Amino acid sequence: MSASSAVSEALRIEAIHKAFGSFVALRSIDLTVEKGELVCFLGPSGCGKTTLLRIIAGLETQTSGRVIQNGRDVSNDPPSVRDYGIVFQSYALFPNLTIRDNVAYGLVNRRKARAEVDARVSELLTLVGLPDAGPKYPSQMSGGQQQRVALARALATSPSLLLLDEPLSALDAKERERLRGEIRALQRRLRVTTVMVTHDQEEALSMADRVVVMNQGVIEQIGSPLAVYERPTTPFVADFLGKVNVLDAECIGGGRYRVGQREITTDANGAAPGEKVRLYLRPEDRILSDTAPVETLPNALKGTVRRVDFLGTYCLARVDVDGFEGQRMTLYLSLNQTHELGVSEGATIPFALRGERVRVFPRSV
Amino acid sequence: MSTAATAPAAAKRPAGALSEWLAARGGIVMLFAALLVFLTLPLAMLFVRSMQDKTGAGVGFDNFVGYLTSPAFARSAGNTLTFAGLTTVLTVPLAFGFAYAIQRSCIPFKVLWRNIALIPILAPSMLAALSFIYLFGNQGALKFVLGWFGVATVYGLPGMVLAMIFASFPHAVMILLASLALSDARLYEAADSLATPEWRKFTTITLPGARYGLISATMVVFTMAVSEFGVPKVIGGNYSVLAIDIYKQVVGQQNFNIGAVVGLVLLVPAVIAYAIDRSVQRRQQALVTARSVLYQPRPVGARDRSMLVFVIIVSAVMLVVMGMAAYGSLVRVWPYNLSLTLNHYIYAFEDGGVDRSYRNSMVMALWCGVLGAAVTFAGAYWLEKTRGGDAFRPLIRAQAMMPMAVPGLVLGIGYILFFNHPDNPLNFLYGTMTILVASTIVHFYSSSHLTAVTALKALDGEFESVSASLKVPFYKTFWRVTVPVCLPTVIDVGRYYFVNAMTTISAVVFLYAPKTTLVSISIVKLDEAGSVGPAAAVATLIVATSAVVTVASLAAEGWLLRRTQAWRRAAQ
Repeated sequence: MSASSAVSEALRIEAIHKAFGSFVALRSIDLTVEKGELVCFLGPSGCGKTTLLRIIAGLETQTSGRVIQNGRDVSNDPPSVRDYGIVFQSYALFPNLTIRDNVAYGLVNRRKARAEVDARVSELLTLVGLPDAGPKYPSQMSGGQQQRVALARALATSPSLLLLDEPLSALDAKERERLRGEIRALQRRLRVTTVMVTHDQEEALSMADRVVVMNQGVIEQIGSPLAVYERPTTPFVADFLGKVNVLDAECIGGGRYRVGQREITTDANGAAPGEKVRLYLRPEDRILSDTAPVETLPNALKGTVRRVDFLGTYCLARVDVDGFEGQRMTLYLSLNQTHELGVSEGATIPFALRGERVRVFPRSV
Repeated sequence: MSTAATAPAAAKRPAGALSEWLAARGGIVMLFAALLVFLTLPLAMLFVRSMQDKTGAGVGFDNFVGYLTSPAFARSAGNTLTFAGLTTVLTVPLAFGFAYAIQRSCIPFKVLWRNIALIPILAPSMLAALSFIYLFGNQGALKFVLGWFGVATVYGLPGMVLAMIFASFPHAVMILLASLALSDARLYEAADSLATPEWRKFTTITLPGARYGLISATMVVFTMAVSEFGVPKVIGGNYSVLAIDIYKQVVGQQNFNIGAVVGLVLLVPAVIAYAIDRSVQRRQQALVTARSVLYQPRPVGARDRSMLVFVIIVSAVMLVVMGMAAYGSLVRVWPYNLSLTLNHYIYAFEDGGVDRSYRNSMVMALWCGVLGAAVTFAGAYWLEKTRGGDAFRPLIRAQAMMPMAVPGLVLGIGYILFFNHPDNPLNFLYGTMTILVASTIVHFYSSSHLTAVTALKALDGEFESVSASLKVPFYKTFWRVTVPVCLPTVIDVGRYYFVNAMTTISAVVFLYAPKTTLVSISIVKLDEAGSVGPAAAVATLIVATSAVVTVASLAAEGWLLRRTQAWRRAAQ
């Protein structure tokens, strides 16, 4: 590792392994977080993401492996000597202390002058948009406001690392969306290195610089939100993020695959001819006849609409594709396309697949 | 790859972290050691001594064989089971009816009935026995009633069962009130939509919902009766039970080895009942989930009227029994000269040694209240909220629940055997106030511990993690957040210890010295001497003291919470 990357590196996790009895929660996790970056651990419940966060915080002890923060090995340090602020799903605000005292909780302990503490508290409360909340008690505030107070408390001591454990999952949908933007903006402004755990993919994709997709104790993929969505490297990631069509196919060679009696041309050359594979393709990776005469495009297909699910601004059409021998596909249609193309049950719809978007994985997986 | 940027693993901890580490581990180790010395080792001594003769030579199971095959044992064991069985069979349905009326019907003055039912907790169990002697004894005002039931005398089984129902009733009611408190209204609505008759709703929804509470109440009442000492002592006559046999062996004949044997025998039904209760509770699923809609009873005229009549009768009997002892203590010569006098009180204080024992009891109860609340709450906190010392934690949990299965008499004998042993360096505690306080706290530790644990579990589990991340040691958060938030529970636990210390007799009857005699023991002494009036006076005095302290501490608690806990009101 070069010296320059060590300088920009805030957190390094090396071969972290965690077992609870015979259950392995994490196996050989390696990860580096750059300074000022917001990294999201994303995965289904039980994938080990919260355990990993708690190991970084020192609230859980790893079975083996190392945690290196700002170049210092903190693997065996108790939480109280590590340098981080944390916000929990439950916020864990002290109910008997005012908002001011909650935010000042970590400051008072550092024997700072009262005026200095007060100035810092009002600075933080202004920062999170609650300048007048000081004398209130947590129970007098809404969930979203409590969340902001918890954030202010975690940031009060200017930690070099901010840990967020499912910080928005106790809020209702509207509030959650609003806070997503606020937290992200705050994090950018303070340039504080942040690790966030979530099971909500929208949250991860919209907030993170990099997403760490986890499953059953291992990291499946690390990448920018766009990369993990558009170029999943494992079937799990393709399946877990967004919706996906899975088609059984056989490799012909040269990026071409046979699905039923049809041939699909893709950019994926990984498989050997004759190999049984699965093609992963998102519902929106199709071209419809409103933008181009699709019959002349590569991977042109035709199908019969069996069902249309109306989902607000868009619809999902279940289509029996001619020549696919019963393998049904789901296609994404905007509400306007649904109307303009006359998509309804029983209608025939021509379309073309975007071959460059197809991901190919061996069928055994 | 180079790790040049990586500092060597932190070789030494900062001073703050070290003291925190010591405080967390130290608390756990101290709690473990205290439970070991004041609970487990004394009980272990029972096993050791039960297999020795008076000279300390090992005799294997000879003591057991000798005692268990004696006709005296067969009689006492049969009597004990009959007494406990009858008490249980009568108390639990009464308590269930009472709790059902309060939780599931629309009768007025529920708080009043509930408080009346709980009054006996403030009284030593001997009080009810004395009242029934006044009512049905040889000079009883209502002695003729016994004849209707073909009972010759109240002394013996009839009086014991009556007094024990009174003493155990509030404990059963509390358990059943809790188990009937929560119920999912949707179950009843679903039943209604299927046109289910009332009795079928009762047998298919209400009873199954309360069955764990019923089992628990049954076990508690049965265990109380099996190990009860005060009631048979006062009103048992010649009806021998195991609890009295123990007392005679140890106090009368100084036969500690046989006393240990009887103690272990007494432990058997208590441990079985405890095991049943625990296994049932473990199986109990949360019947009411966050999604449930709470059941609210709606008025049903006929049911509510009959429930009200039942509750009034039970409450009236409670008050009569309680009032009879108080009245009897004020009457010159019951039932011949009903003029009122304080003579019995004066006699108790001047000639019965109650001046000293009352002072001792107050001192002991205050210590139990303050020290017990502090130790129990701090112990529960260390157990639930700190990290490290993981090997000790299951051992502490197991020990904390043990007192629930150990009758006070058995604990008391264990204490004599352990602390009175000449080779024990803690021998100096024997005969002191300290040992009385320790035994009483240990005796009532389990339910106090559970109360504290429940309150702590209701707190956000991440408070300690947050303070650690803010570099605030956990004990500061304990003092600034945990204690203030749990203050009502801490005070409740203290009050529970105080009241029980005022009324308890079973463990301390073996442990008091002439200087440390207690007021509950004075009742036994006075009653043994035939001074029923002064005995009733002392019993009444205990109730009055407990009541005054309870009311005063509730008032003080209310004032304190209003002064210091603005955040509670803010929540509304």
